Amino acid sequence: SSQQHQEAVHHCASSRCGEDSHGKLYKNDTETQLYSLKMYSIIHIFYNTIYDEDEVLLALAEQLGNFTMLVGGPEYVHCLLPPLESLATVEETVVRDKAVESLRKISQEHSPVDLEVHFEPLVKRLASGDWFTSRTSACGLFSVCYPRVSSTVKAEIRQHFRTLCSDDTPMVRRAAASKLGEFAKVLEPEYVKSDIISLFTALASDEQDSVRLLAVEACVSIATLLPQEDLETLVMPTLRQAAEDKSWRVRYMVADKFSELQKAVGSEITKNDLVPAFQNLLKDCEAEVRAAAANKVKEFCENLPEDNREQIIMTHILPCVKELVSDTNQHVKSALASVIMGLSTILGKDNTIEHLLPLFLAQLKDECPEVRLNIISNLDCVNEVIGIRQLSQSLLPAIVELAEDAKWRVRLAIIEYMPLLAGQLGVEFFDEKLNTLCMAWLIDHVYAIREAATCNLMKLVEKFGAEWAQNTIVPKVLGMANDPNYLHRMTTLFCINALSEACGQEITTKQMLPVVLKMSNDQVANVRFNVAKSLQKIGPVLDSNALQTEVKPVLEKLATDSDMDVKYFAQEAISGMFDFLLSTKLLNFNSLNFIFLLFFLCSFGPSITIPNQRLQDGICHGTLSNQTLKVIACLSQLHTFTSSAASSFVLCGKNTK
Amino acid sequence: MRCSSSKPTSEKVDGFTRKSVRKAQRQRKSQGSSQYRTQSAPVELSPLPQLKDTPSAEQQELFMQKLNQCCVLFDFLDSVTDLKSKEIKRATLNELVEYVSTYRGVLVESAYPDITNMICTNIFRALPPSDNPDFDPEEDEPTLEVSWPHMQLVYEFLLRFLENPDFQPSIAKRHIDQKFVLQLLELFDSEDPRERDFLKTILHRIYGKFLGLRAFIRKQINNIFLQFIYETEHFNGVAELLEILGSIINGFALPLKAEHKQFLMKVLIPLHTAKSLALFHAQLAYCVVQFLEKDPTLTEPVIRGLLKVWPKTCSQKEVMFLGEIEEILDVVEPTQFKKVQEPLFKQISKCVANAHFQVAERALYFWNNDYILSLIEENIDKILPIMFGSLYRISKEHWNPTIVALVYNVLKTLMEMNCTLFDELTSSYKAERQREKKKEQERDELWKKLDQFKLGNAPLVQNNSHSIPSVQNNNNNNNNNNSNNNESQEATSTPSDKDLAVTVEVEDSTPCAK
Repeated sequence: SSQQHQEAVHHCASSRCGEDSHGKLYKNDTETQLYSLKMYSIIHIFYNTIYDEDEVLLALAEQLGNFTMLVGGPEYVHCLLPPLESLATVEETVVRDKAVESLRKISQEHSPVDLEVHFEPLVKRLASGDWFTSRTSACGLFSVCYPRVSSTVKAEIRQHFRTLCSDDTPMVRRAAASKLGEFAKVLEPEYVKSDIISLFTALASDEQDSVRLLAVEACVSIATLLPQEDLETLVMPTLRQAAEDKSWRVRYMVADKFSELQKAVGSEITKNDLVPAFQNLLKDCEAEVRAAAANKVKEFCENLPEDNREQIIMTHILPCVKELVSDTNQHVKSALASVIMGLSTILGKDNTIEHLLPLFLAQLKDECPEVRLNIISNLDCVNEVIGIRQLSQSLLPAIVELAEDAKWRVRLAIIEYMPLLAGQLGVEFFDEKLNTLCMAWLIDHVYAIREAATCNLMKLVEKFGAEWAQNTIVPKVLGMANDPNYLHRMTTLFCINALSEACGQEITTKQMLPVVLKMSNDQVANVRFNVAKSLQKIGPVLDSNALQTEVKPVLEKLATDSDMDVKYFAQEAISGMFDFLLSTKLLNFNSLNFIFLLFFLCSFGPSITIPNQRLQDGICHGTLSNQTLKVIACLSQLHTFTSSAASSFVLCGKNTK
Repeated sequence: MRCSSSKPTSEKVDGFTRKSVRKAQRQRKSQGSSQYRTQSAPVELSPLPQLKDTPSAEQQELFMQKLNQCCVLFDFLDSVTDLKSKEIKRATLNELVEYVSTYRGVLVESAYPDITNMICTNIFRALPPSDNPDFDPEEDEPTLEVSWPHMQLVYEFLLRFLENPDFQPSIAKRHIDQKFVLQLLELFDSEDPRERDFLKTILHRIYGKFLGLRAFIRKQINNIFLQFIYETEHFNGVAELLEILGSIINGFALPLKAEHKQFLMKVLIPLHTAKSLALFHAQLAYCVVQFLEKDPTLTEPVIRGLLKVWPKTCSQKEVMFLGEIEEILDVVEPTQFKKVQEPLFKQISKCVANAHFQVAERALYFWNNDYILSLIEENIDKILPIMFGSLYRISKEHWNPTIVALVYNVLKTLMEMNCTLFDELTSSYKAERQREKKKEQERDELWKKLDQFKLGNAPLVQNNSHSIPSVQNNNNNNNNNNSNNNESQEATSTPSDKDLAVTVEVEDSTPCAK
């Protein structure tokens, strides 16, 4: 029943909207007032009858935020406050959050006077509510009304916020801490110093770590609001303390927000304070914290002041990074591996070769595949700086090992990087070392790998060109057509599907097509219907002569196959080809091509369904010459079209007259 | 190892806990500790003389020295370092435990600060991040505290300290204060069940001995539960805390304070919505029943509260709820029963007809309970009409033979209670069914008519490329556009088109599960 209620609420909202936009119902104030009164009572009925279903309340809380126009416009928006106020006090967090969101939204639609008369008292009531729920909701409302009220009311609001920051329920303190930054932003600068800093300091040394860690987030916004000279005395003591908090969650938060913090406090403090703090986080005793910090290594280094960036990295950060490379925790190592390559652009060629390269190489040999993979996937950064050749000696064993990893997802991941690697390593290196790997994937026992391998081949051909394909890939792929395993034979077909376009008409017609056609006699039905599918797929690449003389007979034969699926896909292929031909630009409706095409298609005989809609579209296009129409009329008498196509043709005939 | 994979920020409540994500996890015994953080040079302990070999005048001094010695922490993740010192500390702790439990007069006032300091240093620590971010206490092995060889003895010591006949709360309250309790409560989140078990006994002792801390302890437990229900959905020690509360509730004075009633309605009832209910349901049900035994007038709000949070899709939880209802009914007063019988038996009738046989079976077992049976008999005129439809229907339709057999017995019992009413209901039920069948037929015919209408119109609409028959149109749009739906049905007005509207609406009702 809750579903129905919910629909009813939505419905109510939408139908009223309709009335509103169509009817312009309200001519004067009394009418508007009456209407808003009505709306108000409707809301109340809803609220009182179905108050106990959280899902309904959620929908209600959301919809009420859009009701301003329905209650008579901004002038009357305050009558939405009572229901939203009670929704903001319910226990279910999602409902409450939605109600606060709606309240924030409609607060903007209040005039300054209404805001003081109606909205602000509501905030106060919530802020001094008995149950924690109303007080947590209040925390989210201070910042939206503060900028638009008089200075006395402002003072009251600040007082309320202060009180909630020292509430004895941790839930409320958490809510206040999470809104501290937002509230600080709307405050006048002098109050940021006098009020916010003390609240920030208090919350950052709260007895609950869940409160303290939220203060770290607020730290970012507060630091941006203060002038540089005040940061040292007002913010830094707290931040230093947070970076060394006894709870790992707080330290994790500092690590996680490190780049933001670094930007907020500026380069001078970064040099003196954050560098040692960051070093400690990289050496933290909890893996969680180390991993979060490791993730920030690159960003942190990038944002260091340029004048002595290199020196700081080399003397302070790099030693820690070196230790992390052999960390005991694989998540730490893989977090580092995902960013470490970025350091090479910052440090330049010589340093990279001397200091970073050994680390990359070590990580390429790491026992954890994720680490190796992260290094390989970021090779492009290094390639720019020192060229990939430096790495290739170690790269190869790493790639080979990943390519043969027992987990197929790891194999899949490395395949995806192949085209990128091929591009960076060059065709010679590739042919020499990696080509065999790429071919080996084609006969992997996991389908997903074989599929990715075919896709990989296509990308390689796009990169290295058709000639390369003809010499290296195509012979091997076509060779698999005689494999005793039917799965491998099918892989040949999948490869042809993927490669035909990249290889072009010449190769497709001369080399691939014969193989496909030959496979139409395969014993296994799966292979045969994949032949039909392949013919459909490569049809666009073939010339019309080949289509007519070679493809057509084979498809016709397959369309009479004993296997139901083969038959089905053969017919699909025939009609699909028609579809394609109609859609290509080759096809000019006035040209003789079209007539030939129709002849060609009709020659398949009556067993084939032709997509009528296509045909109708083509015919109704209106550009058909009379000559063509005659031909079509002729054809339709041959009963090769289904009846409704014929009837639409008749219709068209009338139109053209 | 110990690190969760990166999570999108949107899913974080306080940055660390994900709501409602449960995955099958690898099973691995693991150990963790966040205690050892000192990076200074290791301290070498040297053995002190035994307390029992020391003249009593010097015992106090030596006791202090030993307490101080036990403030040194060791790294248990590294199993090869400091082996000698670790052993010395273990032996010393053992000796201390024995000392406070067997010797009298050892708890002089000056010893309290050192004792509590030793305890705080050893047990209060930030709990390590969970090895397994989606830790499922039912299936996964818990992470065990690595420093347990020492930690266990410290807990033992604390317990003996509190239980010592010379223990004076008036002196101890300077050290065992709100902050101490708060830290103790945080430790209840430990994954190690051995630790939580100690904590349970210790907190219970503290609650018993420190009257000034009682309200504070209750309030903090309140906060932990609320955070568990509405914010994190994760706390390992819920069952232990509930167990303590069970005995606390037992001791509440009458009439119950508003604070306690609020705790029942705003904390204990919502706790039933937790997805990990199975881990603490027994304790929770015990608390609820304790409340009702104290104050029977709470029966109605509690039952209504339970009905409000009744599980909609989770059969396991439904079975637990039924168990709890039975426990409540076991102690219910007949006058209170009358107040809730109608909504309650509507729910029971739904449960009886549940396709999950365990739910149906659990509900049908109510009829094996003599007290419940007597309550039903007393109110048979109200209850039988509610139950009859479901029972009659499943006696014919339920897939599970055991359920059908049980239902027959229940129907028989009910029939014996009031034969005339039973007969009336049987006949009216049959009439009702026939009426329904007729309606069904009419509905079918109407659809057929509509189909014909569509075919008859087909030539008219063929030229129009957007000609989709209006009936289909209704079906597609009925999710979001009811008004449209009704209008178009009126357009094709036939006698019973209201039925149509009903069938269309019912199609997509998927109740949102808690």
